Amino acid sequence: MPSLDDLKKRITSVKSTQKITKAMKMVATAKLRKAQENAEKGRPYSERMNNIILNLSKGISDKENSSKLLVGTGKEDTHLCVVLTSDRGLCGGFNTNIIKKAKNYFDKLSKEGKRIKIVTVGMKGYDQLKRNHKDKIIKKISFKESKNVNYFDAEKIGKFILEKFELEEFDVCNIFYNKFKNVMTQIPQQQQIIPLQGKKENDTSKEQLEDIYEFEPDEDEILSNLLPKNISTQIFKAMLENSASEQGSRMTAMDNATRNAGDLVDKLSIEYNRSRQAAITKELIEIISGAESL
Amino acid sequence: MSEEFKIEIINPEKSFYVNESITEAVVPAFEGEMGILKDHISIISFLKPGIIKVITKSAEEKFYVEDGILEFKDNTLSILTSAIMDLKNIDKSILSENLKNAENDLKNTEINDQNRFLISQKIEVLKSIN
Repeated sequence: MPSLDDLKKRITSVKSTQKITKAMKMVATAKLRKAQENAEKGRPYSERMNNIILNLSKGISDKENSSKLLVGTGKEDTHLCVVLTSDRGLCGGFNTNIIKKAKNYFDKLSKEGKRIKIVTVGMKGYDQLKRNHKDKIIKKISFKESKNVNYFDAEKIGKFILEKFELEEFDVCNIFYNKFKNVMTQIPQQQQIIPLQGKKENDTSKEQLEDIYEFEPDEDEILSNLLPKNISTQIFKAMLENSASEQGSRMTAMDNATRNAGDLVDKLSIEYNRSRQAAITKELIEIISGAESL
Repeated sequence: MSEEFKIEIINPEKSFYVNESITEAVVPAFEGEMGILKDHISIISFLKPGIIKVITKSAEEKFYVEDGILEFKDNTLSILTSAIMDLKNIDKSILSENLKNAENDLKNTEINDQNRFLISQKIEVLKSIN
């Protein structure tokens, strides 16, 4: 049985933890609104970009000679995986979910005998992956300094990937990130960016009706200009989704933590009051029995 | 019949400019300036540094772009660009810094002809609005 003093100390400490989690929740809520707005505003750009590229790739006549970014290198021996995580912790299962998804994929690949290279974006991903996959990590990138997600950062990652691709260091590139669905749910996503995967063409009849574009300059030239840009755009999209997801996840996690702290304080308070009452009763009994024996 | 169509200028962060009723747009396409009116044929092209001019019935707006892609389809002109500025409230200091950077880039002898062309275009445009 803990003493009254101990209980009192515990109650104060839980209360101050609660204050911190509450504050973090509030900060996350404020940031979430902004991040969510940004993610939603950023969606049209990447969607349009994808659409244009799909339209273009349909129009391409000579598939063999078109850019390797579109059709691939012809083999798939080496896989590059870009794992996007956050720089800060205390955001529930946010990072763990991405890492889990990525690790499953790594296991699958290594069973098939493929080589894996990893690029981590964000401190937390590196921390979690370095234990088992340290030898495969070729670069870790962190944007701890920049406050907001910006296109410039995404472009840097994009350029790095392209550089490696031109050196033929990998054949397939995947990115892992969390897609923001709503505040409660974030879905870990895997997206292949090299070679580019189009949407599944279910409604071919509709697509045939689409009018033919005029290109200026010709398709190949536009594509070869567009594809590298698309890499950065997709990464930027992933970063935006990720930052909204991170804040959402943190908000829920901190909300739960605050509630748990509240429950704990209640429980401890009852225990404290009970033992206080017990002590008083004990003292009274002592006095009464002392008086009786006189 | 109305002669108006829709324009959307989108940059990675947001929809930069949307107007449902414009009568004409002049864009700096890669192979020369291009004027687009209603019912233009579907086209995809990309942009070089220059000025986008958007003309409505009553007004005219100008934007400075550094790169981008344009798509015109079903009387909707979409322009995707990563670097765009409204000429009305443009910051002169950013412009002159851009100009300086571009001039430095041009001195670099390792760039290829296409990039050289793009950079000199940029310098020209920047000088004209400065």
